[in-house]
Amino acid sequence: MADAPRKTEQLDELEKGPWPSFVTEMKKAAATGPVGDDLLGQLEVSYEEKRTHWKHGGIVGVRGYGGGVIGRYSDLAEQFPRVANFHTMRVAQPAGWFYTSTALRTLCDIWERHGSGLTNMHGSTGDIIFLGTTTDELEPTFKELTEAGFDLGGSGSDMRTPSCCVGQARCEWACYDTMATCDDLTRTYQDELHRPAFPYKFKIKCSGCPNDCVASIARSDLAIIGTWKDAIQQDDAAVAAYAAGGLNIQQDVCDRCPTRCMGWDGTRLTISNRECARCMHCINVMPKALRPGKDKGAVILLGGKAPIVQGALLCSVLIPFVPAGELLETVKELTARIWEFWGEDGMNRERIGEMIQRVGLANFLDAIGLDPAPEMVSAPRDNPYIFFQATEPEPAGG
Amino acid sequence: MATAPTKRITDIGPPHYAQFLPPVIKRNYGTWAYHESVAPGVLCHVGASGERLYTVRAGSPRLLSVQTIRVFAELADRYAGGYLRFTSRNNVEFLLENAENIAPLKAALFAAGFPVGGTNNAISNVVHAQGWVHCHSAATDASGLVKCVMDALYDQFTAEKLPGKLRVAVACCLNMCGAVHCSDIAILGIHRRPPTIQHDLLRKICGVPTLISSCPTGAIRSATVDGQPSVSVVEAQCMYCGNCYTVCPAMPLADPENDGLSIWVGGKVSNARAEPRFSKLAIPFIPNNPPRWPEVVAAVVNIVDVYARHARKYERMGEWIDRVGWPRFFELTGIAFTRDHIDDFKHAGLTYARSTHLRY
Repeated sequence: MADAPRKTEQLDELEKGPWPSFVTEMKKAAATGPVGDDLLGQLEVSYEEKRTHWKHGGIVGVRGYGGGVIGRYSDLAEQFPRVANFHTMRVAQPAGWFYTSTALRTLCDIWERHGSGLTNMHGSTGDIIFLGTTTDELEPTFKELTEAGFDLGGSGSDMRTPSCCVGQARCEWACYDTMATCDDLTRTYQDELHRPAFPYKFKIKCSGCPNDCVASIARSDLAIIGTWKDAIQQDDAAVAAYAAGGLNIQQDVCDRCPTRCMGWDGTRLTISNRECARCMHCINVMPKALRPGKDKGAVILLGGKAPIVQGALLCSVLIPFVPAGELLETVKELTARIWEFWGEDGMNRERIGEMIQRVGLANFLDAIGLDPAPEMVSAPRDNPYIFFQATEPEPAGG
Repeated sequence: MATAPTKRITDIGPPHYAQFLPPVIKRNYGTWAYHESVAPGVLCHVGASGERLYTVRAGSPRLLSVQTIRVFAELADRYAGGYLRFTSRNNVEFLLENAENIAPLKAALFAAGFPVGGTNNAISNVVHAQGWVHCHSAATDASGLVKCVMDALYDQFTAEKLPGKLRVAVACCLNMCGAVHCSDIAILGIHRRPPTIQHDLLRKICGVPTLISSCPTGAIRSATVDGQPSVSVVEAQCMYCGNCYTVCPAMPLADPENDGLSIWVGGKVSNARAEPRFSKLAIPFIPNNPPRWPEVVAAVVNIVDVYARHARKYERMGEWIDRVGWPRFFELTGIAFTRDHIDDFKHAGLTYARSTHLRY
């Protein structure tokens, strides 16, 4: 029996206006996909009742993996049977989110055969999101994905799919090869990514410069942010061209510098590079005239997260500078030590940042064998309640 | 004997990116010299070789049907040699070698309903969460809010006319899949009532010790209900984070009349000029009013307008507020300052004004 198209008066309002509409996308998928308009129907009810109708719970996945699939069930299954179980599959994205049209069509064909035909390009962590399929379709989808060269990403208490900015593929500011680093880390940690064995999730993000286009400092547990140690590369003729072109170098460049390390006498820009905090502002404003230095590498920071459970945290500095050539090896060695301590002493659902808050950064450094450095703090402590550690007495006459 | 089953492929990771890079990128990888802004949504990167790569960026709703992805694939084939990428803010970018293809590609994208823009001092696309479309803990719908807000801010996406970058994010609950905690303007779904405890279900599917330890304020206590082990909630201690519901489905806290939105401002992740920082509370609560959330849209547009009028060139929202002070922010936006704005969680004291640096 052919049903009349479901009425979606609330959702139809979201097809009005100039910005592209997700409702239009859902209707396109409904017209041909196996879910039909059940997803639209359930969402219409949510809009009417102002509440979600998804339940969680129930472990689903593909054989041998513990992550990559998020079980999702409707609490209106009788009314909308075709979304009764409607699981998300996270498919690990290629580094930098680059595709060919052929690769995208392959993904579309697989998902049209096995799921709702709806995706997120991409999810917040970075994965390709296949939005909604049944338990029975998980394994066949996975088989086709892997045969096409794709694999699932992370979910639950595991290593989540690393992500990175466009890096050296298209950005003159990238101080290390973010895509190669991200790809290597993703491959290296396939086991940790697919088989949850951590206290909670662990995210790695790679940004090529302090502009941090993948928000690594806020959204990852371990952030690798490119920077440089030597002087900003400066092209005086190009600076003069910006000035001649109308840029107010004093006001828009020098006065916006957080360390006031720049001077402009009307003809020549001088930079006191020892005071430069590598913030990127002047380089952002004059990309033809200024570039990061040549001694490139990255800062490694740790502990960022959103509020759940103990409050939001930004990452803080763990290693102030690692030369680009030593970056991968350093990250892997450091990660092993961090995971060992966290795995041993971390509590259930405790992110690494929260654990550091609990045990203290100094104790954490002891545990992973790093020496304290002034770059790790915004200021030394201002309270005198110091837990001095018992030390061996100095040998007499030493 | 049956034939041996084909080997199951696992743990291969994503396809290597190199196979998806256009030739011009392969030739200039790591040796780009500088870039120019051609027009809103169009960038030109120039290699040390002198070669040019043009990027055309378009906004998408993030939730994409396979039909639309195929439209993008078709446009990539026609204008960009088949090469495209997506950005960290859900934009799609076409990678062109031939500058003559920019105009027809832009026209085709606009004709298909996908605006070109989002570069430099424009409002780029919104990072957001899943919402009622596919999430169990959502206090609101992300995609709907994004649609309504971006309909109103459409001209800010297609033009670069703001003082600085302005990043908008939407998250549907405190899990913040939309990473709203460091955005210039963040819309955050919030619950405002403690969970209801479904004791029969709880006893079947939840571990009481795990549940108790999930609560960041210690509001969940062990209790005996009808002679069976369960929990109780000290309601005055609950701040509606929903962490208990995530570990135990028998603790739902969705409540249509009390769930709604809060608005946060002044956060950033970039290190440019001021340090990265969290967004701060501007509006504690706006009721859910789907399908078009007019009160939320008006509040966001108002904040954008005030910022656009008062910030200096290159100042982000938080940098502007640093300069003029929070009292001026509330005065200029007309937003009421209430007791809800004063922090009372960890480190709350660090947010009290501890000087006489006051502007009158």
